[in-house]
Amino acid sequence: MSTAPKQLVIISGKGGTGKTSLAAAIAHLAAGELPIVIADADVDAANLDLVLHPTRLESHPFSNGLVAEIDEEKCISCGLCEEACRFDAILVPDRTGDPYGIDEVACDGCAACVYHCPVEAITMREPQVGEWYLSETPYGPLYHAHLFAGADNSGKLVTLVKQQAKLRAMDDGRPLVVVDGPPGIGCPVISAASGADLALIVVEPTLSGAHDLARVLELTDHFGVPALVAINKGDLSEQQSAAIEAFCRERGVALSVRIPYDTLVTEAMVAGQPITAWAESPAAQAIRALWATIKARLGLQGKE
Amino acid sequence: MRITVASGKGGTGKTTVAVNLALSLAAAGRAVTFLDCDVEEPNAHIFLRPQIEREETTGILIPEVDDDRCTYCGRCAEVCVFHAIAVIGTKVLVFPELCHGCGSCAYNCPEKAITEVLHPTARLRWGKATGEGTPIAFGEGVLDVGQAMATPVIRELKKKGLPAEEESIAILDAPPGNSCPVVETMRGSDFVLLVTEPTPFGLHDLRLAVQVAREELGLPAGVVINRDGVGDDSVERFCAEAGIPILMRIPLDRRIAEAYAQGETIVARLPEYRERFQALYRRIEEEVGR
Repeated sequence: MSTAPKQLVIISGKGGTGKTSLAAAIAHLAAGELPIVIADADVDAANLDLVLHPTRLESHPFSNGLVAEIDEEKCISCGLCEEACRFDAILVPDRTGDPYGIDEVACDGCAACVYHCPVEAITMREPQVGEWYLSETPYGPLYHAHLFAGADNSGKLVTLVKQQAKLRAMDDGRPLVVVDGPPGIGCPVISAASGADLALIVVEPTLSGAHDLARVLELTDHFGVPALVAINKGDLSEQQSAAIEAFCRERGVALSVRIPYDTLVTEAMVAGQPITAWAESPAAQAIRALWATIKARLGLQGKE
Repeated sequence: MRITVASGKGGTGKTTVAVNLALSLAAAGRAVTFLDCDVEEPNAHIFLRPQIEREETTGILIPEVDDDRCTYCGRCAEVCVFHAIAVIGTKVLVFPELCHGCGSCAYNCPEKAITEVLHPTARLRWGKATGEGTPIAFGEGVLDVGQAMATPVIRELKKKGLPAEEESIAILDAPPGNSCPVVETMRGSDFVLLVTEPTPFGLHDLRLAVQVAREELGLPAGVVINRDGVGDDSVERFCAEAGIPILMRIPLDRRIAEAYAQGETIVARLPEYRERFQALYRRIEEEVGR
């Protein structure tokens, strides 16, 4: 068995196009043929566990960066910290009625205030901002995380989760890591997609979907990640689906079959099951075809 | 009045609600400012079709080192929490993608060898969306592809785009998720409108968004249930338990989905919704007044 597992990342640009439902279905189909590791890289709105029913085996604290703290006893209320702070994170007595303090949500952890304070009243500390977990699912080990509400998603937690999943795949000789990515094109997405062997981009047939697809494709090009586009709920707009397909062909981007709109997908989500495990519905059939395409693109040998 | 429209989960209809609310209020003659704070994937322009009158580059201030003055003492690298500047022998390396623009390197340089220069990461676009009633003042941030940090762009967009007048209404369309960029969008708002869909994913992310709005920021929040009728009743039960008002329901309606696909607004396709969105605003006013 090769030591370098293939990484499939599922992203979308626009949120809510069906990344997680698709990731769960792919994990279900893949696990039927070969041993896999699953990673949920959407750490600030992680949903994969709602469908995969993980049993938690390990839980680890996660810290990322610093937060300033003002010592009331030492503070002389000179206001220099407020002038220094570019993130509006200094709570000023005039506005709050309290002594000088730090708005921890706004604090960027840069420590500029520390250097400006003439009486060394400010120190930096490193609070815990999240947790990451190893869990067991019916389809393989799942690495996932929870970033506390409002914390800075610099992509470090995403990278950590992905790294752990990859190491596990190497240790066990599992040939595939399925990564459920976050929406957008910023830090967390860059962290989720970097180093992937294939990015499955899930797009919905709307003008917004097409607009966001163009941007996310620029990103995968930029980082040299091969892309495969899947139109979800393709029959909701024939016109937009056709436009997206024409756009992909023009750009030389690989296209999978369209996945039809299928109310059973929501039903499966409510029941907490991957659609492919729930019913042999039209969407499930399309996802089976999509999985065959992914397997071929990644050069994986399935059992089937 | 400043209203942030957010959701936690992506694709629940934030932009749809924000845009239709703005259009309905403008149609009633209200002065409305619309800021698209989803700078990674801004979509509101597709629906509002603003005429862009001005475009500017924004970014973060990164250090530029004057080699003649620099003594390679390494103080800048020492104070940089983000490891965005390094001194190796007689070379100073700056890594713009790691820099947060805090200015500590320049401030602490004993030789005053560092000046701060703008490193472009995004464009801010300003214009007007004209429909029925008062034109809407429009602003959006567009993060350059390959750039990592959305939060500073949102901060600039708000700094420059929020109206000073008390009587005008500002509507901020937030990005998905529950981390920094969402917090930056919500900060300073009078009300957070959370758009969700009645499914387990919608509920899970709604819970987190409520935590950010109410607990982290202490802001009043209310919910709009979109695609009402799909999924289950868990969102409703959660709202009742948490004491969060459900301010509006938009049913699952193929006509709305089709309009959305073509970049058309609900109020253009189904004008009766204008009154419903105006009623939503009155509900928000009531909630804020509490």
